Amino acid sequence: MRKLLFETLIRPPLTEGLAAADESAVAELAGRLDRAARERLGRSLAIRQVDAGSCNGCELEIHALNNAFYDLERFGLRFVASPRHADLLLVTGPVTHNMREALERTYAAMPAPKWVVAVGGCAKDGGCFAGSYAIAGGVSSAVPVDLHIPGCPPRPIEILRALLAFIA
Amino acid sequence: MSAPRTPTPVIDAPSLGELLAAGRHVPGHRPWPRSVVDADAWTLAAECLAQGGITLLGLWGDAGAVHLALLEEPAGAIGVLSLHLAGREFPSVGELHAPAIRLERAIGDLYGLEAVGLPDARSWLDHGRWGLRHPLRDAYRAAAAVTPYSFLPVEGEHLHRIPVGPVHAGIIEPGHFRFTACGETIVRLEARLGYAHKGTEGLMAGADLARGALLAGRVSGDSAVAHALAFARAAESALELEPPRRAHWLRALMAELERLANHFGDIGAICNDAAFALLHAHCGVLREQVLRAADRGFGHRLMRDLVVPGGVARDLDRGGAALIADVVAAARRRFPQLVELYDNTASLQDRTVGTGILKPALARRFGAGGFVGRASGRAFDARRQPGYAPYGELDFDVPVLDAGDVNARVWIRIREVEQSLSLVGQILARLPSGPVHEAVPRAAAPGEGAALVEGFRGDILGWLRIGAGARIERCHLRDPSWFQWPLLEAAVEGNIVADFPLCNKSFNCSYSGHDL
Repeated sequence: MRKLLFETLIRPPLTEGLAAADESAVAELAGRLDRAARERLGRSLAIRQVDAGSCNGCELEIHALNNAFYDLERFGLRFVASPRHADLLLVTGPVTHNMREALERTYAAMPAPKWVVAVGGCAKDGGCFAGSYAIAGGVSSAVPVDLHIPGCPPRPIEILRALLAFIA
Repeated sequence: MSAPRTPTPVIDAPSLGELLAAGRHVPGHRPWPRSVVDADAWTLAAECLAQGGITLLGLWGDAGAVHLALLEEPAGAIGVLSLHLAGREFPSVGELHAPAIRLERAIGDLYGLEAVGLPDARSWLDHGRWGLRHPLRDAYRAAAAVTPYSFLPVEGEHLHRIPVGPVHAGIIEPGHFRFTACGETIVRLEARLGYAHKGTEGLMAGADLARGALLAGRVSGDSAVAHALAFARAAESALELEPPRRAHWLRALMAELERLANHFGDIGAICNDAAFALLHAHCGVLREQVLRAADRGFGHRLMRDLVVPGGVARDLDRGGAALIADVVAAARRRFPQLVELYDNTASLQDRTVGTGILKPALARRFGAGGFVGRASGRAFDARRQPGYAPYGELDFDVPVLDAGDVNARVWIRIREVEQSLSLVGQILARLPSGPVHEAVPRAAAPGEGAALVEGFRGDILGWLRIGAGARIERCHLRDPSWFQWPLLEAAVEGNIVADFPLCNKSFNCSYSGHDL
């Protein structure tokens, strides 16, 4: 383990900006997001994620925000375990009838002020599942949506960019 | 709930071939035979399943019929038995063979067909919120009626219950877990699923093949390639369509990249659930690099909408192939260090060794696929048996362990990562040239097709019937999770509640793939 840790110390960080030039958008975002988060939210935006019936594709890309390349927490954005601790609800999926109440109750459990960001094509209007007997619709059919991030699923960088646009 | 019936021992149990021969052969079902049997032969098949001579691959409803897909190991013979129904009742398979119980509950919810003798008559996917009943057959409106789910009773002193979900603490899919614990120890876990039910099979009915492929790629986000492959191969069997050679190889390349990305993610996440964040961070890097290579090579990080009936939707250029080769070469250098770290960290081993043991007999009975089965002695791998192109031309091992604990499931993943890294190398070195797609004939004759493909989680059964105008009449995609979720409940028994996340992640069953 010591060898691995030592190597990690002497290698340049993977966190984007020091990586390939075409990925430098992340570095640019990092600076802007950092400033905006400090000003608006005192460097803290707590995010609660709810899967309202997605295929799990969006969750995989939201997970990726925590990896060394995107390192979400450097911006003061972090995922929290309870809606009671959250400023922002990040919702994926078409809202299934079976999940609708759980989503509404999660939203209701958040303290104000609160925002909702819907992630993915399904979260907009049900996507390719629209019209199914099991689908209530997009996220806005259950809770008020402040921002929608398109994509199936959106790339992590796109989710990051949209979160920036939202708090900027 | 009634007690399951003890199956009568079948003396001189018939082989799968004999079970099929007992019925009327259905022409136009490819590549494996399908037979329409009577109720006696149906029940005999259920008894054979209970006895362990054959393995359950799938059980699904249809218009006026139920179908039972069976596997005979080790030969890898596959067949489908169908029972035509005059009314709404059919003899329960689950009564004799527990792995069929949830499948029959789902058939009841979706088709209103009743498995007579089924020991668990509770609704499974239908939570009383759809506003209609039996959506796939003679649907009728019914006001939403949400009644509390009656969890199985647990009796004893000093027991308490812990309800978890459907909204979990992490970034996870929705599902409810009801724990009954005695102090720290889990006495019983009962899962309630269906929250992610999107009615995919209902949307499939009447769709054209392009939309079917799109939906199949969204059955489970982490298995976009594998589910699309099961769908495409089943469609190609039904249409007697043979994709070009290069398409087979590109599909295998995508499937192995998907396996790598998921296994890297899982190995890290399991360690993270044992509070060992270092491996999580390093595995997360490997996963991200694979996804980026997939994006550069195929234009989508999860390789969605690329496997389609007839071949693949996009070719891989030299630049993309070189990039994937680089990423694989880098992972080959980095991964052994991480494996060493996993193996030599006593505090981590203390959490994974001996935790969440799944007994081999249970894994065999449930036909558990993937790392869940292979960590508990079941060597089945659809790439080998029944096998499909191009795996017959590739060199790979199927790792098997007997311990059945979290550690064994980690080690199977580690070994499979090594195999997939090798497979990607072999595929890139020998990738045939030529076209990548064969057009689907417009005036395709109606037909039925089945396929069994190996996703990262295990074998996925794809079945579909194509009608006039190449429209899908019925499509059923059975995720491996159907047979793995019940085993998780068995594996956590007697473990402490705090080890549940670890056990759960080591199984990593799909919610969406199960709920459909």
